[in-house]
Amino acid sequence: MKEDEAACVLFDAGHRACGGCAAAMAARLILDAAGKDTIVVSSTGCMEVFSTPYPETAWNVPWIHSLFENNSAVASGVVESLKKQGRKEKVIAIGGDGATFDIGVLCLSGAFERGHDFTYICYDNEAYMNTGIQRSGATPYDASTTTSPAGKCSFGNSRPKKDLPAILAAHGAPYVATASIAYPPDLKKKVEKAVSTPGPCYIQIHAPCCTGWGFEGEKTIAIGKLAIETGLFVSYEMEEGKITKVKKVVRKPVEEYLKEQKRFRHLFKPKRNDAEIAKIQAIADRNAEKFGIDIKLKK
Amino acid sequence: MLEIMEGSHAVAQSVGLCRPEVIAAYPITPQTHIVEALAEMVADCTIDAEYITVESEFSALSACLGASAAGSRVYSATTSQGLALMFEVCFNCAGMRLPVVMSIVNRALGAPLSIWNDHQDSISLRDSGWMQLYAEDNQEAIDLHYIAYRAAEDHRVLLPSFVCFDGFILSHTYEPVDMLSQEQVDSYLPPFKPYHRLDAADPISFGLFASPDYYMEFRYAIDQAMNQARNVLPEAGRVFSEMFGRDYSGMVEEYRLDDADCAIVAMGSICGTAKDAIDEMRDAGKKVGLLKIRAFRPFPVKEVQKALAGVSTVAVLDKNISLGSKGAVALEIRDALYGSQIPVLDYIIALGGRDVRKKDIAAVVDGAEAGKGDIYYGLREEVLK
Repeated sequence: MKEDEAACVLFDAGHRACGGCAAAMAARLILDAAGKDTIVVSSTGCMEVFSTPYPETAWNVPWIHSLFENNSAVASGVVESLKKQGRKEKVIAIGGDGATFDIGVLCLSGAFERGHDFTYICYDNEAYMNTGIQRSGATPYDASTTTSPAGKCSFGNSRPKKDLPAILAAHGAPYVATASIAYPPDLKKKVEKAVSTPGPCYIQIHAPCCTGWGFEGEKTIAIGKLAIETGLFVSYEMEEGKITKVKKVVRKPVEEYLKEQKRFRHLFKPKRNDAEIAKIQAIADRNAEKFGIDIKLKK
Repeated sequence: MLEIMEGSHAVAQSVGLCRPEVIAAYPITPQTHIVEALAEMVADCTIDAEYITVESEFSALSACLGASAAGSRVYSATTSQGLALMFEVCFNCAGMRLPVVMSIVNRALGAPLSIWNDHQDSISLRDSGWMQLYAEDNQEAIDLHYIAYRAAEDHRVLLPSFVCFDGFILSHTYEPVDMLSQEQVDSYLPPFKPYHRLDAADPISFGLFASPDYYMEFRYAIDQAMNQARNVLPEAGRVFSEMFGRDYSGMVEEYRLDDADCAIVAMGSICGTAKDAIDEMRDAGKKVGLLKIRAFRPFPVKEVQKALAGVSTVAVLDKNISLGSKGAVALEIRDALYGSQIPVLDYIIALGGRDVRKKDIAAVVDGAEAGKGDIYYGLREEVLK
């Protein structure tokens, strides 16, 4: 309870996020874990816009937003300035998946290669939500977005999600993790670990977007859980490039996750598309095999 | 004591004397000798700075922005394409009122690719909210860095500043310069005191989004800061003159303009050539003078009006072209002299590093006196065919 109160103080109420917004929950949990001696460098995006309409701010830690694509580079400067001044604040850069996977990947790669001591957190809601649900490099296969719409000759986004955690691990990042908003204690533990690990660390938080994915706001956590339980999003940790921890599940068929969201509705209506659902099931199966997420039930 | 140094090395040394705490830069011709020299100083511990070897100019200025917001004096240097890549960040630095100082080693913009000098790069950032100072020679290039830091960090201003000097013509040329001592620079340039900074003990938010109810007031405030710089820049120059004897108290500099009929207006190294040409023309009985624009932003309207009040013709040498309009300096001069009846003739000159000689300056003056202007000077007609 005490921790939750502290979180409310560091990322305050009164922001403009949609009801049930996972990004807002992520902001609270991140600061709850990181504590008040944290400087946040935000990219342009939903979180930035809903939390800082001048003259108000939801951030009770030092916070800076410069541009869409430069939060890693701005964070590099903040980190080196603090080092020069002998200051001990932790630096966290936060960006959505568009900022992180696409437009900001140059700055992100540069900052990780240089080894600045900061944590980069991507709240991954799998499309450009701030501009109206356009596809990004994090949009999953077959999701219908406003720039990858399902149509007579399209099943939605034609490419699978980019494996950004692996790319950052390949930069030599000491700690890379994925997490889900649906599992707050796990998410907080990973943030604590990242901010206390020297060097550039990366956490990708799966953050279901009720507006962009098409579900009711009270279902955010349930949808987040289904992503993990179907194996379409895997929650794991990598230390020094090696997978050290994976959340195991008794897997559910992907259909249970897909049918809850309007972005996959075209796979079920006007008629069920078994071939495409099978392809998505195959993605989950590959994830399960690669990460070993399946709990084998005794017969 | 005078030392003979390459322009880039002289600038790097003077920047080092300003005690930047964070340097972030990306190599680009003809800026490289500056950032290499600074890297050597950091490697040898002759300066105590964090040096971030970024992966692009875009990140160079972004890192400077972050470090400045965290409370450090910062430095970068770039030119041409590098500055173009920084476009977004330039507006952000000014909007967040971060007093970043950056050397612009002026170079043309592509296409076609050119590594040689003109002023198109910095002029294209005319409206970004950065102060723009232009140096005629290497001594002025190094001294303007001290002045830029002092004015930029002044709490009445809090705006970033370019110090512009001509690529190759100055950056790669050896000239005698008087390098100040560390004690002298320290006595002129106090440690950076941020107006506000990222600090967990006193959390504030930088870079919020502004609705139409607030945005215009932010822009107005930046413009007001530019107006403040009209006073602070000459003040910083005056203090410098009093301490070290070199006079930068004016945002413009007049040369043999008192009784001139024809005034040449120019920025940067071409002013040196113009002065020599003017001496020769004066010897031949022509009443010609020069108005050197040292500060292009903020633009010194009143100083220009005063300096040009008595002339009968103005010939502007523009090392840039606002395509579809005129050279940027000529537009400013025409605006400043609006209603005065003094003809202002524009000469687009020396784009992409084409050499300008004394006889070219004399030809421009002849043309201006005959009323022939608003031209590209020295076009090679055979190439256009």
